[in-house]
Amino acid sequence: MTTLLRPLSTMTTGTARPATPVKIDVQGMNFYYGAKQALSDITIALHANLVTAFIGPSGCGKSTFLRTLNRMNDIIPGTRVEGRVRIDGEDIYAASTDVVGLRRRVGMVFQKSNPFPKSIFENVAYGLRINNLAKARSEMEGRVEESLKAAAIWDEVKDRLHESAQALSGGQQQRLCIARALAIQPEILLMDEPASALDPIATQRIEELIYQLKASYTIVIVTHNMQQAARVSDQTAFFWLGRLVESGPTATIFTNPAEKLTEDYVTGRFG
Amino acid sequence: MERHVRHFQDELDELKGRLLEMGGLAEERLRAAVRSVVERDTALVERVLGGDFAINQLHIEIDDRCFKLLALHQPMAVDLRAIVAAVKINTDLERVGDLAVNIAEAVRRYLQHPAVKELIDIPKMAELAQVMLRDSLDAFVRRDVALAQQVLEQDDELDHLKTKVFRELLTYMLRDASTIEPALDLILISRHLERIGDHATNVAEDVIFMVSARDVRHQ
Repeated sequence: MTTLLRPLSTMTTGTARPATPVKIDVQGMNFYYGAKQALSDITIALHANLVTAFIGPSGCGKSTFLRTLNRMNDIIPGTRVEGRVRIDGEDIYAASTDVVGLRRRVGMVFQKSNPFPKSIFENVAYGLRINNLAKARSEMEGRVEESLKAAAIWDEVKDRLHESAQALSGGQQQRLCIARALAIQPEILLMDEPASALDPIATQRIEELIYQLKASYTIVIVTHNMQQAARVSDQTAFFWLGRLVESGPTATIFTNPAEKLTEDYVTGRFG
Repeated sequence: MERHVRHFQDELDELKGRLLEMGGLAEERLRAAVRSVVERDTALVERVLGGDFAINQLHIEIDDRCFKLLALHQPMAVDLRAIVAAVKINTDLERVGDLAVNIAEAVRRYLQHPAVKELIDIPKMAELAQVMLRDSLDAFVRRDVALAQQVLEQDDELDHLKTKVFRELLTYMLRDASTIEPALDLILISRHLERIGDHATNVAEDVIFMVSARDVRHQ
């Protein structure tokens, strides 16, 4: 009986690197809204098939940073990015990058669910249609069903696919938006406060869904709810005043962070 | 309301599984330690003395799991009580493993002397301690308050047997000084068995707390 039954966890050391490959590699990023610098010298590697949570007080830059990962900030006039963001080794800010193609690979879910004023079916089919991703009707139906199932909402809507999406509850609408994002088969899913407008039960369903989706996607989630970050993520990055203070395994960040600032934030001794 | 599975529950189940594994190891070591004195088996004594590693590793692993579950999942109500109970049960089981080693140490010394007497009450105590330990763990798995309560009641019987062993061996020692050394080791063994019963009692109290939120300690 002298065999070690299972390897001990790495929690107390906290230095172990994730076993999955790097999906998004950010080096020395600065970001500006006009003259105002919103992010300073961000360097971080986000790993495939893991959930990475960005935490930090309001205005710390976590949402801005999330939006640099699929160039959503491009639509805001006067913004500027320095440094490098690579996805699978490709610089997404290179002149040759097809931004529409990038956003197809890097899907996004927002804080407020925003279904189109169309049927449930059409909400999911829309992205497939405009990207010409499903030719035959049966193929379209198959992909819609698949996406609704992946977003854990199929059983609730399968009998009313052609009713308006606006009639769904807030939590259902958010899962529909996740299904819509999944339909075009992205590799990365960015989620900006995806559960902050939901009640605890709908929140729990979204959290459980995130946990399941990481088997197939790389997930990055911004949340001002620290407990949520602790529950759903594998890696956590703490932002403060536009800087990345610390990132690492979630268990380490919440039990033994390296930086005093991180400790003050996660223990609520901030300010 | 539709019920959906949370991965937290899977992790809680896994924690319980590890705790049971720990209980199984502690029980096995107790059984081996007691058999070594009854059967005067020195090889078995050495096996018990050398085999603490797996229990010690599990002790650390289980604490680590509990620590993480508390930090990352903010458990409430019955889930919170289950994890706090797991931390305490873990410590009790590790102590049972240590006490099995203490018994084996006493047995090693004891076996260097001729037998003081035929062992009757010590095997009885060992049997009772094992039953208490097993029942407390079964109560934990099945969330069985009645069974846990039964363990608490059995502890008096174990205490009574210990006193009986002590008195009986005292008469041997008074009569024949050459029995003092081995008889003292038998008294120590009975003392360790009684302590194991106390740890099983702690586990049973934690089970009652986990299931019903009632604190029955020190009553």
